[in-house]
Amino acid sequence: MLKFAVRRLLLLVPILLGLSILVFLFVRALPGGPETALLGERLTPERAAAVRAAYGLDRPVHEQYVSYMGKVARFDLGVSIQTQRPVSEEIGRRFPATVELATMAMLFALVVGIPLGFVAGRRPGSWIDNASTVGSLLGIAIPVFALGFLLKYLFAVRLGWLPTDGRQDVTLTTEHPTGFFVLDGVLTGDLPAAWDALKHLVLPAIALGTIPLAIITRITRAAVQETINEDFVRTAEAKGMTKSIVTRRHILRNAMLPVVTIVGLQTGLLLSGAILTETVFAFGGMGSFMASALFSRDFPVIQGGILFLAVVFVVVNLIVDISYGFIDPRVRAS
Amino acid sequence: MTTATTPRDAVPGQLAGEPLLKVRDLTVTFASRGRRAVRAVDGIDLDVAAGSTVGIVGESGSGKSVTSLAALGLLGKRGVQISGSVHFDGADLLNMPDDELRAVRGKEIAMIFQDPMSSLNPVLTIGRQITEILVRHRGLSKQEARDEAASLLQSVGIGDSVRRLRSFPHQLSGGMRQRVMIAMALACAPRLLIADEPTTALDVTISAQILELLRTLVAETQTALVLITHDLGVVAGLCDTVHVMYSGRIVESAPRRPLFAAPEHPYTNGLLASVPRLDQPRGIPLLPIPGSPSDTLPWAQGCAFSPRCTRREDDCLGGPPPLAPVGHPAHLLRCMHPVPTGERRV
Ligand SMILES: Nc1ncnc2c1ncn2[C@@H]1O[C@H](COP(=O)(O)OP(=O)(O)O)[C@@H](O)[C@H]1O
Ligand SMILES: [Mg+2]
Repeated sequence: MLKFAVRRLLLLVPILLGLSILVFLFVRALPGGPETALLGERLTPERAAAVRAAYGLDRPVHEQYVSYMGKVARFDLGVSIQTQRPVSEEIGRRFPATVELATMAMLFALVVGIPLGFVAGRRPGSWIDNASTVGSLLGIAIPVFALGFLLKYLFAVRLGWLPTDGRQDVTLTTEHPTGFFVLDGVLTGDLPAAWDALKHLVLPAIALGTIPLAIITRITRAAVQETINEDFVRTAEAKGMTKSIVTRRHILRNAMLPVVTIVGLQTGLLLSGAILTETVFAFGGMGSFMASALFSRDFPVIQGGILFLAVVFVVVNLIVDISYGFIDPRVRAS
Repeated sequence: MTTATTPRDAVPGQLAGEPLLKVRDLTVTFASRGRRAVRAVDGIDLDVAAGSTVGIVGESGSGKSVTSLAALGLLGKRGVQISGSVHFDGADLLNMPDDELRAVRGKEIAMIFQDPMSSLNPVLTIGRQITEILVRHRGLSKQEARDEAASLLQSVGIGDSVRRLRSFPHQLSGGMRQRVMIAMALACAPRLLIADEPTTALDVTISAQILELLRTLVAETQTALVLITHDLGVVAGLCDTVHVMYSGRIVESAPRRPLFAAPEHPYTNGLLASVPRLDQPRGIPLLPIPGSPSDTLPWAQGCAFSPRCTRREDDCLGGPPPLAPVGHPAHLLRCMHPVPTGERRV
């Protein structure tokens, strides 16, 4: 197990090397550079050249790359051109928001998707199965921003049940030891703040969780349908096990195997930032941060952010693969 | 082979009391929407006396598995029509509420299946799979169940049983897995064991060991055994009574001795001719039955076997032949033109 984990982590090295070259070339191929965003109307060729020189952008690309990677190897992602603060610090401020949002979105997808997929799989052709099929197709087809605006209009603007945007009420002044606002509220004993942060999460989590929900529902349905026809389920029935034991111990446990893989992949994707959702709900996470860095050609932020998210993606999938070994003994052996 | 007297030599219909399992006119039709209805079992009568061993033999697709699954309520409800009656120890299994039936299955009637790999849950240890039935039906505590499971494994010939309890099915060989299935089936000392092709997925030596194990265990525990197989050779050493099935009906039915001494039905003879036998000189070719089970006729039109039968005559197609006694009072036959003595395959 440990050997497996180490090997997978070592695999990160070539991935990061390849990815860093791609990103490095990509940002430099974009029209304009940080000077355009920094200088705006005051842009003159001389000033632009001065800015580029200040950030070392006038040097040959391979030289820039080598010196950048030298710093990355020492866990130094450089300084944001926009904010003049270390990129790692900027990421550290936004990533908790992304984790919070991704967690809520995934919880929503799991809590709704698994029971729904289960019922649909046990009763194919029933109204609930048909409804879940239509719902899943809609969930995948509807653009995230459209769904986001719809939810916001309905539940925040018209009904006023939930806040429209942000991570917490602007009138609240609270402490944030961890950056996870719900957790912070609980830790500092400020339960109203935790509740407020939770309410801010609901609509973005639903908007973001809809696609994973649709996928999880479909996968669960297919897996359950396949599993209920397995011989070992017939054995459990022949042993006279109660319906609930047959369901939980024999059907669900096996049907969850493919679902775990999908959940891992989807979690990795959610953590890579939800640009549209975060923009619609003005939710200050990695997604909106990266989007604004892209607009202002903040090269160090784009590069550092993408490398960071790649590491997150690989680590999440590693965790999933390891936990897969715990629920499927056949994998553990090999 | 068995020399004991009653109930092992008991013959259906001659028993004073009710048989342990009594199946009457069991009919199973699969009818899912958009597909042609399939009558898999077509009016089966079957008696299993307590402690007796009964064989059900037939080519694959003849309805053996469906018969046993239907009797135990294991076919599900969707697209399945079941009629007739199944009584176990006087209780009507087909109309029993689900939770009562679940209390009978595994406890009073146990089942083992063809493929011991797919029949065990791949993500649970075999210990868990044996103890769960002990906890469920015998109300043992977890610890008691573990001890009992270990001794059950021992009794089916699995050594190092305490350690084996922690194994997963994929870590065992096919023969070991079938031993585990047998241990599970006998865990609650059932009165009836239904073994559906228990050795078909195993190679010859292992298969012989498993059959021997089954034979000893059911004799020791006085468990009635219904042995389902496509191989007449398997029932030869094991069963008091044999029923031969074709296309959902019993076509010949007799105590072991008369059946093997005087097989009357052309199909039974065909099955015998296709079994390798030790008591015959090598070099005698095995004769498969011509055609395939799909060359069949609805019984309503006549004998379903007639399209493949070498003894077919015109009157074979004049409606369903009845199942009637021939010779020995317990020897029943569904055939207009039985195989004459000289041409039998004995
Ligand atoms: N679930 C099902 N749906 C439709 N047809 C079935 C189903 N199960 C079995 N059958 C059909 O019933 C017939 C008997 O099957 P089975 O009892 O499994 O035969 P066997 O004698 O080999 O055990 C076969 O023709 C098979 O195709
Ligand atoms: Mg079968």
